[in-house]
Amino acid sequence: MQLNRRSFGLLAAAAAGATALPRAAFADEALVKEAIMAFTGGVEPTEGGVTLGAPEIAENGNTVPIEVSAGDGTEAIMILAAGNPNPGVATFHFTKLSGEIAATTRIRLAKTQDVIAVARLGDGSFGMTRREVKVTIGGCGG
Amino acid sequence: MIARRDFLQAGVAASALFGAGRIPALAQSQSMTENALLDMAPVGNVTLVHVTDIHAQLRPVWFREPSINLGVGEAKGKPPHVTGADFLKMFGLKPGSPEAYALTSEDFVALAREYGRMGGMDRVATVVKRFRADRPEALLLDGGDTWQGSMTALRTQGQDMVNAMNLLGPDAMTSHWEFTLGIDRVNEIVEELPFPFLGANIFDAEWDEPAYEAYEMYERGGVKIAVIGQAFPYMPIANPGWMFPGLSFGIREERMAEVVQEVRDEGAELVVLLSHNGFDVDRKLASRVEGIDVILCGHTHDALPEPVKVGNTLLVASGSNGKFVSRLDLDVQGGEVKGFGYRLVPVFSDVITPDPEMAALIGAERAPYEAELAEVIGTTDSLLYRRGNFNGTFDDLICQALIEEREADIALSPGFRWGPSLLPGDPITREDIHNATSMTYPNAYRSEMTGQFLHEILEDVADNLFNTDPYYQQGGDMVRVGGMGYAIDVTKPIGERISEMTLLRTGEPIDPAKTYTVAGWASVNEGTEGPPIWDVVESYVKRVGTVALDPNNAVAVRGA
Repeated sequence: MQLNRRSFGLLAAAAAGATALPRAAFADEALVKEAIMAFTGGVEPTEGGVTLGAPEIAENGNTVPIEVSAGDGTEAIMILAAGNPNPGVATFHFTKLSGEIAATTRIRLAKTQDVIAVARLGDGSFGMTRREVKVTIGGCGG
Repeated sequence: MIARRDFLQAGVAASALFGAGRIPALAQSQSMTENALLDMAPVGNVTLVHVTDIHAQLRPVWFREPSINLGVGEAKGKPPHVTGADFLKMFGLKPGSPEAYALTSEDFVALAREYGRMGGMDRVATVVKRFRADRPEALLLDGGDTWQGSMTALRTQGQDMVNAMNLLGPDAMTSHWEFTLGIDRVNEIVEELPFPFLGANIFDAEWDEPAYEAYEMYERGGVKIAVIGQAFPYMPIANPGWMFPGLSFGIREERMAEVVQEVRDEGAELVVLLSHNGFDVDRKLASRVEGIDVILCGHTHDALPEPVKVGNTLLVASGSNGKFVSRLDLDVQGGEVKGFGYRLVPVFSDVITPDPEMAALIGAERAPYEAELAEVIGTTDSLLYRRGNFNGTFDDLICQALIEEREADIALSPGFRWGPSLLPGDPITREDIHNATSMTYPNAYRSEMTGQFLHEILEDVADNLFNTDPYYQQGGDMVRVGGMGYAIDVTKPIGERISEMTLLRTGEPIDPAKTYTVAGWASVNEGTEGPPIWDVVESYVKRVGTVALDPNNAVAVRGA
């Protein structure tokens, strides 16, 4: 039989990420830092202040559910995917009329990487959380 | 808190874990008796009886425990990552004793001939009935992986096991391989089940809403008990997601904390997690989610003679394949566990009387298939077993069959933990082959793979097993490889563990750019083509007649 790239359960995204594209096509920490600094206006965010919900291992790298939330008064939360070709995913803005400082979305992850949430908090400071999401071949558990 | 007296109620010694060593009752007696196995002085007001990972084994089996079961990171050297003589020493068990036979691989063949097969649902029924006679309000909880693992379960789409379990009468169950029957069949069974099918972590993927009941409340012995279910978290990754589209799983630690809070708010005085997470995942979960009193662990098939305590949570590991039944007695006062007694009962099939009612049901379930099951295909001169982190001899046989019957350079066989053993000299029946292969996605594929892709597969699977963060572990063993050798350093991160990949036929290193013909089975991809693996193995065994395997030294393990 002719097996496609998904043979043995391989997620196409994982293989492409690891081998097919030139390394420079993926975000590195410098690009991530650049995006964070643009968001914070050059202020180094502190750990915490924002919660980030993500699966430990993605069930489907093409659509990974992500949840972010933070305390009252938070003005904005930016989500970055540190290992994607372009790390920027989304920025959610909140106002006093926002019932809850929370948002959910689904993102595509090219390979195993950190997802990062940075929040502009009510007191003007910045909080940050990272979580690793693994994009795996799978198929051998049990 | 927990009194020393209560530790001493336990069936076997607990020297290393709790410093309360003593001579096991069984080893003291010249011959085992049913009463010696099952007599237990009751403790407290609540009894939990746990079975898990039966894998459709209705009848007694040989089941060799692993000789290698490495822990990494914080789990290194801790139970259940202790095997052989180290295990005996840790738990104060005598070499050659019935417990040594049941719990380790030490001297397995000789002890198997002495002590006989283990398990059988008719024996399990006797144990459960006896515990219920002692403690009429005992809760019986099934950790899942119940409806898959035999030819009769496959042919009846799990119905033989459903019927057997309905007779046994659990109060709740959770799940894993159940879903490989397909979502429609699962829901058809669940609708008729006389007990709840629990999974706090099973969600509708589209709406992100709970898809099954998360918990059930009971009142037993005057105590309000919440049993929360947790299905295998990596269902759509480790097994074919297309068989249950629309469901999402995951560990969902925050969700678990919410459910624990919810049941406490409803007045639960005892919170029990019926889990299919795997032991290391449960150990981490127990350290991070407050308020769980007991975790009944499953999935990783570990059997431990004593509960492991993490903070205030007791972790119970009850083995697999019907080989053990656990009984945990708890003294619950004012919403707190004040003491406990525990016994891991090894189900010695020659000692425990079969329950006639269950025996009759098993006979009836098997009758239509009996002739087919019993057909002798060949004989084995070697001990055939599967459990262990790397290669097991049953998988060596499967890989050999794949290479020869499918004309491949290299064979891959998944690192499943189910599948009983066969002793040297045993006939190999069709049933035996099915016990090691029976599943709903059995097609034996034949494919071209580059050396680099093979390396990626090995790295990926190794990270499912040896990632130092248990939440990234999927609970299987390493993929078994035929025709190719490799070295693995279990302490390294992903991408750096696997080296020295060698094509055994020529002794040449695997070339990342070269293409190899690879045969395997149990692909999670929809539409995988090829004959069912049991036909491949049967055809090979029939051809060779007698299976004799050379020792497998193709995997060099480092950092253990």
